[in-house]
Amino acid sequence: MELFTNQVLAGIATGAIYACMALAVVMIYQAIDHLNFAQGEMAMFSTFISWQLMQWGVSYWAAFIITLAFSFVAGIAIERILFKPLAKAPVLTNVAGFIALFAIINSSAGLIWDFTIKQYPTPFGSAPFLGSQLISTHQAGMIGVTVLLLLGLYFFFQYTRIGLAMRAAASVPESARLVGINTSWMIALGWGMATAIGSIAGMLIAPVVFLEPNMMGGVLIYGFAAAVLGGLSSPFGAVVGGFLVGVFENLAGTYIPGVGNELKLPIALALIISVLVVKPAGLFGRHIVKRV
Amino acid sequence: MTTLLNVKDLRAYYGQVQALHGLSFSLNEGSLTTLLGANGAGKTTTLRAICNMVRSTGAIEFDGKPLNNRSTENIVRYGIAHVPQGRGTFTNMTVEENLQLGAITRKDSAGIVSDIERMYAHFPVLKQRHTQQAGTLSGGEQQMLAVARALMLRPRLMLLDEPSFGLAPLVVRDLFGILGKINREDKVSILVVEQNAQLALELADQAYVIETGRIVMSGKAKDIANNEEIRKSYLGY
Repeated sequence: MELFTNQVLAGIATGAIYACMALAVVMIYQAIDHLNFAQGEMAMFSTFISWQLMQWGVSYWAAFIITLAFSFVAGIAIERILFKPLAKAPVLTNVAGFIALFAIINSSAGLIWDFTIKQYPTPFGSAPFLGSQLISTHQAGMIGVTVLLLLGLYFFFQYTRIGLAMRAAASVPESARLVGINTSWMIALGWGMATAIGSIAGMLIAPVVFLEPNMMGGVLIYGFAAAVLGGLSSPFGAVVGGFLVGVFENLAGTYIPGVGNELKLPIALALIISVLVVKPAGLFGRHIVKRV
Repeated sequence: MTTLLNVKDLRAYYGQVQALHGLSFSLNEGSLTTLLGANGAGKTTTLRAICNMVRSTGAIEFDGKPLNNRSTENIVRYGIAHVPQGRGTFTNMTVEENLQLGAITRKDSAGIVSDIERMYAHFPVLKQRHTQQAGTLSGGEQQMLAVARALMLRPRLMLLDEPSFGLAPLVVRDLFGILGKINREDKVSILVVEQNAQLALELADQAYVIETGRIVMSGKAKDIANNEEIRKSYLGY
């Protein structure tokens, strides 16, 4: 029983990271109807920035905040430079754009910081959390930061005018422009926020997976699995999906014989395929109710 | 009476296809003007050209200022509220959020709150449903919501694209009554595009008739409604 609780809690902790990645993917998907394959690499690059800052002697939380700001601006810049011109281009052109972005960021990180694995600090420590062997302080910190982030985002989208404008721009762009919303900048803002959210995921998971240019590959696939499971049209679903995938991954690794660590990733892919076959809209995907 | 909207030699294009062929008309401050015409005559295109939602050439002046080359979202800031064809409802948001979105360019939060109450007084059914998803409203209710959303801008000019479309005749009467009231009491100038010529002519003071992208007839709504020849050849009733 303790093994089970332990695995569930650890699953929730990594699930928090998947939830962040899934949320970032869904935010961009809502804005431009494309999956951002480079979301993980963007998060990885941001994490390297924070690591570099700390190497230069900046304290953890200062580096954390600076990295958030950097990621936000970088996300907006990527949208303005690369994806705004592609807005009316066919799907495959956009896919090529994402793959290019993936390759560029991945190799630049390798070029700047090389491919050796680096230690990444945790501000929470890795002692048992509240004296319990079930979960470490870092895992508790991952969950805590994610929950704060999600509450902040909920408040932003539900109760601020700019959040309302962003939702409007994502759901009916033409009407949004007709009430005076600059939809193009709302998309850029969505990119900035998604990139910042991704960087939080990167900085939180780096102490676990270690820092290197390919660190986010697996994480992003779990993020995609979470987004598909929860429904690509639902940010709430993406978050729930993230936690579910985290728990599922751990339990499958523990209890299904022969799965172990090596086969965890195929499980995420199998999950994506099963959801797409059984319930393509995902658990919380919207079937839009409309009367005409 | 001052001219609020002046359109000269408007030509509009969808790709290679030209939809408007040098259309000119004007609208006086405080008036309720209607653009009539058959399907495909260019009524919707005219409204879309005013808001720069379709490629066009020619002069469009609002209150003496040119609107050409301004983006759709900037034109809204002049006080032009456009209720598009199909109502443009934010279907997955609540009724109240739809109203707030109508006022998204305004900065006076106290004014917005009191205007929402004013809209609920105009349209009591919206108050009953203010937390409901807008997509679950009936067609008539959605049209009321669209008009209310446009009014939340405190517009000087409201552009309405076939507000009667898909509504029951009784609902249309109701809606047109409200539009007349808004025009008289709130001093909002209205340009309404309609296929239901009879009703639009009852409501409007000025009327223009479009055929294949050109104005073919203009005058006081009363005169056009009383001229049997025009009615038969252009308006079909």
